[in-house]
Amino acid sequence: MPAPTRSARPVTPTRPERRAGAGQGRVPLLLGLPALVALVFLLLPLVGLLVRAPWSRTVEVLTSPTALQALRLSLVTATASTALSVALGVPLAWLLARPGLRGAALLRALVTVPLVLPPVVGGVALFTVLGRSGLLGRPLYALTGFAFPFTPYAVVLAQLFVALPYLVLAVEGALRAADRRYEEAAATLGARPGTVFWRVTLPLVGPGVGAGAVLAWARALGEFGATITFAGSFPGTTRTMPLEVYLALETDPDAALLLAVLLLGVSVAVLVLLRDRWSGRW
Amino acid sequence: MSGLRAELAVRRGSFALSVRLGVAAGEVVALVGPNGAGKSTALRALAGLLALDAGSITLDGRVLADPAAGVHRPPYERGVGVVFQDHLLFPHLTVLDNVAFGLRATGATRAAARAAAAVWLERLGIAELAPARPRTVSGGQAQRVALARALATRPGLLLLDEPLSALDARTRLLVRSELRRHLQEFGGAALVVTHDPVDAAVLADRLVVLEGGRVVQGGTPAEVAARPRTDYVARLVGLNLLRGEAEGRVLRLVGGGLLHVGAEHRGPAHAAFRPASVSLFTARPQGSPRNVWAGTVGGLEPHGDGVRVQVDGLPGGTGSVLAEVTPAAVAALDLRPGSPVWAAVKASDVQVYPDAG
Repeated sequence: MPAPTRSARPVTPTRPERRAGAGQGRVPLLLGLPALVALVFLLLPLVGLLVRAPWSRTVEVLTSPTALQALRLSLVTATASTALSVALGVPLAWLLARPGLRGAALLRALVTVPLVLPPVVGGVALFTVLGRSGLLGRPLYALTGFAFPFTPYAVVLAQLFVALPYLVLAVEGALRAADRRYEEAAATLGARPGTVFWRVTLPLVGPGVGAGAVLAWARALGEFGATITFAGSFPGTTRTMPLEVYLALETDPDAALLLAVLLLGVSVAVLVLLRDRWSGRW
Repeated sequence: MSGLRAELAVRRGSFALSVRLGVAAGEVVALVGPNGAGKSTALRALAGLLALDAGSITLDGRVLADPAAGVHRPPYERGVGVVFQDHLLFPHLTVLDNVAFGLRATGATRAAARAAAAVWLERLGIAELAPARPRTVSGGQAQRVALARALATRPGLLLLDEPLSALDARTRLLVRSELRRHLQEFGGAALVVTHDPVDAAVLADRLVVLEGGRVVQGGTPAEVAARPRTDYVARLVGLNLLRGEAEGRVLRLVGGGLLHVGAEHRGPAHAAFRPASVSLFTARPQGSPRNVWAGTVGGLEPHGDGVRVQVDGLPGGTGSVLAEVTPAAVAALDLRPGSPVWAAVKASDVQVYPDAG
């Protein structure tokens, strides 16, 4: 028998009905305790950050030229790398989601490599290709005198490297979940494949693209390892917020706390704002 | 020549579709058949969503597909409109933009496409739905939107895939007669895929019955209903169908046994009779030359005002026939599954016609 409910709440119709009897009300200690520990472990550091932050210095630290410079660089580069992720990742996801693509499993595995790769390794890898004496970097430097490392472009590339897989996987999932018969319906109405993609496929997976872009942006904003390896840490050009926080910890730990809180606030604010925007359905 | 001429050969695993179809401009043909008969495969092949393995498709003189000549026009070049079973209205567009989609996709300006779409909505009596999102409209309305969307591209061939199956019984009745009117006004060739004999009979001028990937029967609804050639068609139109070798007024049945029929005939033949022509008795009936068999009640189900009784073990010990009796008779005869029963049919109630094969 299920435990008697205190109030008769109407069951939300969109949710599958709960089975009576098992699992209602009582949570086994064996599951409940580790779950609680996990929750505390995830939230406590954030609480610590808020408790220990020297709030009286807020204005002074956050309006300091270095902080503003780092914040601006972070926002600009993360947004740029997200835009690039969308521009390059959506077509790649479309390709991966195509039914009958040979070697799709292998391709998908390759795409996910940067997800599990330590970012520092990613940075080193980027260096070997796009560094001044890298595989592509050397001819590029010889031809144009331009080299990526230690420029804001390198920051964007480092972020793109780690963020792109998130977008590809999110969009590919949305494409797989979408009903491809809408594309067939569009074709019978005279729409060519390009038109079908722009006017049917893309709008249908819009929420998936949005979710992927938010993930990519958040990942890019927090990028540290690949950035410091490939782009270095030059104030104003490559020193993003995460690098600034790390450096400040050595010189002015209080400022580091405040910068960290700022970074936390920016990410949470964007996630909340965009979540409402993208979770809307037709 | 205007209209559709098609020879469709498609192989998918162990299933093979091999169908010859002709639909004149202005004609409505229903493709009828049980699940798995190949109706959807035929529809997809005509729309260009599935490639032919052999055969050809010609619409209004244009070759749409001819694998032997290496021709496979993609769906967007065919001028074949499709009303899909679950309508597939684009959820991100308004009803108006759904109907305008085809015109937009083929080069019309937004304003021109919308103006034309509005005319179509008006014609189908759903002008007020223009700004609505597809998910907010009812099933019957969605059906009309889907029809308007397909018609707006002015296709030479209109394909409708189970156009009424997504509707509830009451809406279905309304939409069916309305759809009939729109199809008559259409002017191009129209092919309706359905498994419902009533839909087929109301909507179409001609039926093509598909079974196991092949055409087993064709003709006007009245012809098909009067002279079914397969068990499926017989069930569809509610007739008992028996096969055998006719010798005068007697049919030597395939399963064994004899059937007295209403007309002289010789050679392979079909015999059909209505369930209402079958009388049931608890004891062997006496009198006039009749077909009388002993069997057992296989099942009962209500049908209209009466009850359909399946009598197993006849005639000649194998098949079964359907009898239609009144509920009062069921009570009086105490019919229940497993009851022994005698069934009788007057020879004059049995239609006999040659086996076309």
